[in-house]
Amino acid sequence: MNVLALEFPPVNHLFDWPSILFEGTPFALNKVGLTYLFAMAATIAIFGFAGAKKNRLVPAGVQHVAESGVNFVEDSVVMQTIGPEGRKFLPLLTTMFFFIFFSNITEVIPFWQFPANSRMAMPITLALMVWVIYNFQGIKHQGAGGYLKNSLFPPGVPKALYVIVTPIEFVSTFVVRPFSLAIRLWANMVAGHLLLVTFAILSATLWDSTYIGAALPFAMLVAMTGFEILVSALQAFIFTILTAVYIGGSMHPEH
Amino acid sequence: MLNVLAETDPGEMVEGLKAIGAGLGYGLAAIGPGIGIGTVVGNAISSMARQPESAGMVRTTMFLGIAFTEALALIGFVVFILLLP
Repeated sequence: MNVLALEFPPVNHLFDWPSILFEGTPFALNKVGLTYLFAMAATIAIFGFAGAKKNRLVPAGVQHVAESGVNFVEDSVVMQTIGPEGRKFLPLLTTMFFFIFFSNITEVIPFWQFPANSRMAMPITLALMVWVIYNFQGIKHQGAGGYLKNSLFPPGVPKALYVIVTPIEFVSTFVVRPFSLAIRLWANMVAGHLLLVTFAILSATLWDSTYIGAALPFAMLVAMTGFEILVSALQAFIFTILTAVYIGGSMHPEH
Repeated sequence: MLNVLAETDPGEMVEGLKAIGAGLGYGLAAIGPGIGIGTVVGNAISSMARQPESAGMVRTTMFLGIAFTEALALIGFVVFILLLP
């Protein structure tokens, strides 16, 4: 593709990575898989270290990160959406937040610079997991019939309107929710990666031809890198909070 | 104009139209969510200014509203990526 007379690689080249290890087997590993392994290891390391060492009264270092992470998820995710009885989902939501955050933040780590969640596999897996969890919670707390009735026939709607409302509610609750959850995370990461790549290529090409011309795109690249750090954390937060909202919605139906 | 059209390879023209469609589609898809996110954030800010003590709750709800509104723009973006040659 040719943008502004610059050589821009086709979009596929930015997201397809050749296998590095075990090529040809089902266990083939490429950069995406390695990033997920890194994210998993980082999440386990933070909470494993913090939990395994003898806990200090005044937390410092890794323990501090882990404790404030748990506190953050408890205060601004669980308490705001599910309430006190949602505390049993705290481990799930905290791990989810940190795992997604670590696999997003590789987008701005120098020389790695690839957000693993810009491949659809893990977002859709996480979203389907969330789908199973909130449906299970709904059936557990309201019974299968009550859950279906509360989610398909929202109270307070005139009887005749159920002809329109019920199909819409069915599609939005059971079909669109997991996909919009996955697409939100995935598309944000794709967009961020494309943005950074565009400004990087622009500044590299302009540096080759006119040294001064590279200043503007490079300043933009730096600013966008900062913005992408924010987006990585925000997307992890939004994925977590939407999970909590869905779980909370199936635990306490609207009356 | 017609001569140029007649000499152009149809495949090439399809590629060009696809690119135009992708660009236009994403631009159109961004209008509504742009207005929507503006409304959500603007109202959140004015309620935070009115009642600073409820800022935490308003912020959480604001992110939720942004997330739902933004989904439409993102679907437009996905179509844009899919249509790219």
